[in-house]
Amino acid sequence: MSRTSLRGQVAIVGAADTAVGIVPDKTPLELCVEAALAAIDDAGLKKDQIDGLVTCNSMAQPLLYHAEAVAEYLQIFPRYCINVGAGGGTTFSILHHAASAIATGMADTIVISMADSLRSSLTREQAMLAQSSTGHPQFEQPYGLTVPGYYALIAQAHMAQYGTTSEHFAEIAVAARAHAALNPTAQKRELITVEDVIASRMIADPLHLLDCSLVSDGGSAIVLTSAERAADFPHAPVYMLGVGEGHSHEHISQAHNLTTSAARESGERAYAMAGLGPADMDLAQLYDCFTPTVLVELEDLGFCAKGEGGPFAATGALRPGGALPINTHGGMLSHCHPGNPGSMFALTETVWQLRHSAGERQVPNAQTAMVHAQGGIMSSHTSLILGREV
Amino acid sequence: MDKTLPPLTPLAMPYFDGCKIGVLRLQQCGECQKFQFYPRTICSHCTSEKLQWQDASGKGVIASFTVIRKGVSAAYEAPYVVALIDLAEGPRLMSTLVDVVPEDVAIGLPVRVDFAQWSEDISMPVFKLC
Repeated sequence: MSRTSLRGQVAIVGAADTAVGIVPDKTPLELCVEAALAAIDDAGLKKDQIDGLVTCNSMAQPLLYHAEAVAEYLQIFPRYCINVGAGGGTTFSILHHAASAIATGMADTIVISMADSLRSSLTREQAMLAQSSTGHPQFEQPYGLTVPGYYALIAQAHMAQYGTTSEHFAEIAVAARAHAALNPTAQKRELITVEDVIASRMIADPLHLLDCSLVSDGGSAIVLTSAERAADFPHAPVYMLGVGEGHSHEHISQAHNLTTSAARESGERAYAMAGLGPADMDLAQLYDCFTPTVLVELEDLGFCAKGEGGPFAATGALRPGGALPINTHGGMLSHCHPGNPGSMFALTETVWQLRHSAGERQVPNAQTAMVHAQGGIMSSHTSLILGREV
Repeated sequence: MDKTLPPLTPLAMPYFDGCKIGVLRLQQCGECQKFQFYPRTICSHCTSEKLQWQDASGKGVIASFTVIRKGVSAAYEAPYVVALIDLAEGPRLMSTLVDVVPEDVAIGLPVRVDFAQWSEDISMPVFKLC
């Protein structure tokens, strides 16, 4: 059996977000359905034309058969229907799977819809405990690390190894907010400075409050189909040119390297499939649950040399109009972070950037973008390269 | 509210029993001689099943750390230091540093194990600066 590359085989033809931030009047299931329907509408389709459905489970409203529940609610009867286990890197690895499903004929038109209500349906303590359960139950969780604490271990190691500073991390939050200020849907839009970040409350040394992403409600969805059909939709298709994954550990105490991640492997695999490199990217959406993840991803995806993420950020490159605008919607630091669905908003934003419909925050003439997510504690990585042309 | 206690699984009992009598124990492979942590049914280096429990030196260095300023629950009194420790035998484990001022902690500093009784059945390894 011959093996074919997925390069250019599928395209995103629909994209939509629900309202994000504090959305108390809808359950996670209702947000998931709303996002799916809006993405289907954006693609100019009727729900009966959808034959594949992917969702992620909700922390606030866990369902044993989540994707089936969404299909039932919508009264659609897909032939490919799957609920993926977690957020972060899984959100994009499912695109890898969905693209394969289309390439092998398992489905023709797949909706990927994800939503949760961490802000309105859980107390802060519940949200914190739900997320800190990522630690090893016997050998990590008993020591009481919070989620910021897990990432602080990476930040601290990077500072010791490369001389990275709190100001370097802060610049990533400042850049995210500058993008969010241009995005009317973002949860936090008032501009902040490096000094504001440093002056914000210390959560887990060296991470301050403003180094941490938001806690939000919201949903987001895309429609994926084969490239050969993609010209038949109302909006310009956004093609998947490359995809790659890297998986190095689950628990941070088992990571072989605290400061270099499997983003290196996922990025290399995606670049190789696309036949492109970091210099070809007009923008990048890099998973920003905490500021240090962006810094490590900048390095491991080849946007700067290893250890140079801090000085690179400090040039202002990541801000609107910079050499490499990142998280142009404001990221999870400033746009929204409803938990598992968090990186979906980076995906829909990339679709709008590559359709050239991103309004005031449009990256001029954007042709190609890197979209990267990680999950666990820098454990599971997926890199996507999306473009306007095959 | 109690601290999160580790589930006591049969495979890990020599570890937790060791903690109760003040000994840190690690699995060592009878084939490749390497140590591993956490305990497994197989050697994670060579997949051998010939694993033996050995008393560890209890010495290590700080690979990374953080100071938790807001505890994960009321059972954890902030601030407290959580660290990754590289043990002299090779494996890395997560633990907490006790009897320290957070400002005195740094990556690379030597530490040694101690034990703290968290319940009638469970003592946990904790570390102190040397």
